[in-house]
Amino acid sequence: MTTATFFTKWPAARGFAFVAVLLPFVVLSPLALLSGYGLDVITEIMIFAIVAVSLNLILGYGGMVSFGHAAFFGLGAYATVLISTRYDVSPWLGLAGGVATATVAAVVIGAFCVRLGGVGFFMMSLAFAQLLNSGAIKWRPLTGGSDGVGGLLRPDLFGFDLADADVMYLFTAACLAGALLFMRMVIASPFGHVLVGTRESSLRMQAIGYQTRHIRLAAFALSGAIAGLSGGVYAFYNGFVSPDALSFGTSGMILLMVILGGKGSLLGPVLGAGLFLSVKNVVSTHTSHWLLIVGCIFVACVMVCPEGILGFAKKLSRSGERR
Amino acid sequence: MDLFLTQLLNGLVYGVLLFLVSAGLALIFGLLGIVNLAHGSFFMLGGFVALSVTAATGSFWLAMLLAPIPVMALAGLIEVAFLRRLYARSQLDQVLLTFGLSFILTDVTETIWGKGLSSLQEPRGLREGVEILGNVFPAYRLALLAFGFICAFAIWLVLERTRAGSMVRAGVDDARTAMGIGLNVPALRTATFAIGGGLAALAGVVAGPLLGVFSGIDVEVLIPAFIVVAIGGLGSLRGALIGSLVIGFADTLGKAYIPGVSMFLIYFAMIGILLVRPHGLFGQDPSGG
Repeated sequence: MTTATFFTKWPAARGFAFVAVLLPFVVLSPLALLSGYGLDVITEIMIFAIVAVSLNLILGYGGMVSFGHAAFFGLGAYATVLISTRYDVSPWLGLAGGVATATVAAVVIGAFCVRLGGVGFFMMSLAFAQLLNSGAIKWRPLTGGSDGVGGLLRPDLFGFDLADADVMYLFTAACLAGALLFMRMVIASPFGHVLVGTRESSLRMQAIGYQTRHIRLAAFALSGAIAGLSGGVYAFYNGFVSPDALSFGTSGMILLMVILGGKGSLLGPVLGAGLFLSVKNVVSTHTSHWLLIVGCIFVACVMVCPEGILGFAKKLSRSGERR
Repeated sequence: MDLFLTQLLNGLVYGVLLFLVSAGLALIFGLLGIVNLAHGSFFMLGGFVALSVTAATGSFWLAMLLAPIPVMALAGLIEVAFLRRLYARSQLDQVLLTFGLSFILTDVTETIWGKGLSSLQEPRGLREGVEILGNVFPAYRLALLAFGFICAFAIWLVLERTRAGSMVRAGVDDARTAMGIGLNVPALRTATFAIGGGLAALAGVVAGPLLGVFSGIDVEVLIPAFIVVAIGGLGSLRGALIGSLVIGFADTLGKAYIPGVSMFLIYFAMIGILLVRPHGLFGQDPSGG
């Protein structure tokens, strides 16, 4: 079999080969081209891309509109900082604790939320995130109140110090790649198909014998775990976390990233996070009217391309084919 | 006893303020099907416009009368320009749009008035205390209480006893059929959104002397108002009234007697009620079940 026929026979393999060739360039070029600040910006983008990818699982594939995803991001970050600084253990253990905390919280909160559909789900997820936000502000001895907690020093990884921006960048890139691979696996699995089924028609899925509530809860928990990982990496990156990480505004931003890029596609949220944070970085150096710009991005996104950039591109290419 | 009575009054006053905000929120959800995340912004704008009016005229009463008008106009404009195109779309799009609008309104407000905490002065006649049964109550709070109940009664009267009100109720129950029998539902939606926004602005004015006027109060009001409509039942005016009083009392009494957990009390109340009645106390299951 020649290479050409191999690729026509296995289109997926073509995509894979494409990625395998391109990926090193994509990952390594920022290292070569950027330094210090620029690299930090990309690292931050990738951290938020991870949490956006996690929200996409329940929003894009599960059809659950969560307005409280910052809860798991923030919990992951808080637990990572608190475990590493208060108990004098390795920050890696802190990160593991962060993911575990977010996962447990997602199971508990999810158990409440998945009982409700539509607006009820939205309200419930919002209420839980606000509850945690209040908790972080109120429980001063543990969380430092609205000042937040800090003092986390980035650890070593196989002898490389994460305090080095290059190493931190590569570590975050690896986490994002891991999250994407995992997500791809989940979506392609029978579980993923069932999840999409519950989005399309919960009633039909029940009729053919699926426990839709359990499916939704499992997706919610997975999503919370990945959001927790993102929060933990954020804690490494910043060394510090404040109630802002758990706020209403943060939940909304994560939601916007998913919608902006295109929900229900693997790479949409990554694109959305990249675009949103790039615009933010450029705009906020030039003007103090960042809020106005964010608001306009929200409005434009909803009015002009509600399917996100990827959805818009697909529509364009499809109408191109027709002609 | 004294403290308890004062707290009871404060709870009622807070409940009444919440009602003015959540009544609009509930009606807007009922008729437009929209969860309006910009509702707190209308409240905030009302307060800021009132600041300007009192600065210019020195009259609180004039501020109460005038401040809701531009906010109503703005809300009506928002409905016509944006929301109208989204009724056929998903809840998610509507939520994102109103969330974005709240950002824009916050930025505009801060640009015009600044962020700073300023307080509206109570009207001159209402700055003293009033003695009832040996207890002294602040006159402004008592007046606010009376005003709130008058508003609640007026809203009820309009909805239940007027032609316009019955048209709105018809639209809430079944918009398609209402349109089918010739009601101008789009116009009703614009009017409901504008009046809901105006009510929130009015609440922002009368709350000014108690809560202050500042950027950020929009979210501080929006979240409890959401909890109220979630508890009372989305789309239900009676639910909004009961929910407001429940949250008003729970929050105020909680802060006074169990300060450690008061911040969480209203969330627990909401989660508890939604578990037992997923559509709120007076809400109807949209699937008809």
